[in-house]
Amino acid sequence: MRVLEPRWRELLVEILIRVAGFSAIFFVALIFLFLLREGAPAFWETSLGNLFGQRWYPNEGLFGTWPLILGSLLVTAGALIIALPLGLATAVFVRELAPDWLREILKPLIEVLAGIPSVVLGFLGMVAVAPLVRQALDVPTGLTAFAGSLMLAYMSLPTIISVAEDAIDAVPKSYRDGALALGATHWQTIWRVVLPASRSGVIIAVMLGIGRAIGETMTVMMVTGNAARIPHEWNALFMPVRTMTATIAAEMGEVAQGSTHYHVLFAVGILLFVVTFLINAIASAVIIKGSSRRGGRLMG
Amino acid sequence: MVNLALAWAEAYGQIQPEVQVAVTGGGSGTGIAALINGTVDMANASRSIKEEERAQAEANGVEPVEHVAARDAIAIVVHPGNPANGLTIPQLSDIFSGKITNWREVGGEDRPIVLLSRESNSGTHVFFLENVVRQGRKDDKTLFSPDTLLMPSSEGISAEVRQNPNAIGYDGLGYVTPDQKVVAVASAAGEPYVLPTVETVKDGSYPIARELYIYTVGEPRGAIRDYLDWILGPEGQAIVQALGFVPLQ
Repeated sequence: MRVLEPRWRELLVEILIRVAGFSAIFFVALIFLFLLREGAPAFWETSLGNLFGQRWYPNEGLFGTWPLILGSLLVTAGALIIALPLGLATAVFVRELAPDWLREILKPLIEVLAGIPSVVLGFLGMVAVAPLVRQALDVPTGLTAFAGSLMLAYMSLPTIISVAEDAIDAVPKSYRDGALALGATHWQTIWRVVLPASRSGVIIAVMLGIGRAIGETMTVMMVTGNAARIPHEWNALFMPVRTMTATIAAEMGEVAQGSTHYHVLFAVGILLFVVTFLINAIASAVIIKGSSRRGGRLMG
Repeated sequence: MVNLALAWAEAYGQIQPEVQVAVTGGGSGTGIAALINGTVDMANASRSIKEEERAQAEANGVEPVEHVAARDAIAIVVHPGNPANGLTIPQLSDIFSGKITNWREVGGEDRPIVLLSRESNSGTHVFFLENVVRQGRKDDKTLFSPDTLLMPSSEGISAEVRQNPNAIGYDGLGYVTPDQKVVAVASAAGEPYVLPTVETVKDGSYPIARELYIYTVGEPRGAIRDYLDWILGPEGQAIVQALGFVPLQ
């Protein structure tokens, strides 16, 4: 009997861990079902033509979600274009170039960056960044998609830096030694060997960065101007936009439960869910494809 | 009008410590939605209740009763350096619906006009749409221009108006800070331009004035009746005036 006892304990722990693992899937499924239950009626309470129309003005029953979808995508893409090179460069610097003492200072500072509440950043963006954007770029107002992208880039930087840094750290030392032994310079080793080898981790960093940016609400609501217009001009990045998240946050508080507007806001939630899911799926596909190709080359 | 509700609740708490008044903000739609859902005893609103909201309330077994608690003017605000001094209601309608897009067309400099509005759930937004953008015409279907920036707070409007010479916004008189310029408004071309003050709202000469309401669940009784009487009495109305709104008497 004394021999069996630890096995029981093991089994119990195993079951607990399994339940914990499955509960994550279970809760995501529950959330999606709830979204679907509250949002699906929107698709028959109002016409699809209205739902994918160009004008969002719920007071008059106009529920065109195109401006919101494009607004979210524009702000996120802008944030990524700014954050990706900065984040990667910082990760390379911290991991490959910085002396030990500087790395010890930089790492905690980057984590502190992640801890700043989004409403504080939003306020900063509203009173400091937006006026600067207006004056520097000579646009009618600084409350633009670009101001949102700047703030979001700032917010997703810590995520991108720390994940990319881990990925770079995971590249085996033998790769670097090999490259240096073949006569590559330090820079060539980083650019041609270390970064390509850590590619899948870097893509995960980008993915998490996008996830952080597209779901962010408070900051975006305070700095993008919230004008539900279709961003169709070449300089749309420097015009106001309204994102899906800001719309849900600004309007969910006041709708009468069960009204069409209420269902449409949940439908916007579903759209947000689908867009994030698609981005994640594309990124995973890229990772799988990339890693198999690299695996093949290593073996060959 | 959340700051008015807060000031009333705070002052009343000092003279009637046994009555606890909890105040939540969020716009007139929020308050009325909470009244419909039965989570509050009183809802303050800067617009009157809509037909469908009344129907929903009655379906939930709630009968909303309207009380006029104060009056308010909607001030049109611009950057302090903006030379425009007076605008007519038809001009404001054209500006906010996007027909006029440059300050030059209404007596200002050659600058693009940036429109600022409160979010569409705010009673101020709905009032402005009906009485300024649509000029009070029931069958008018004009909308705000899609380029209108919808700000989640009064602070958002004042922060932008303060620093952006292109901006024009509107808000309740009680929210206007000294670093914004208030524009005089005429009901039509040829009519006198009037600045919003307590006097011009009381005598009806300022064209964009409105009543502020408190809705109760049924006829108020007990502690709610006492609180409402106090709000409508001299002490409550003194607070109305102190906050920049217009008292009833």
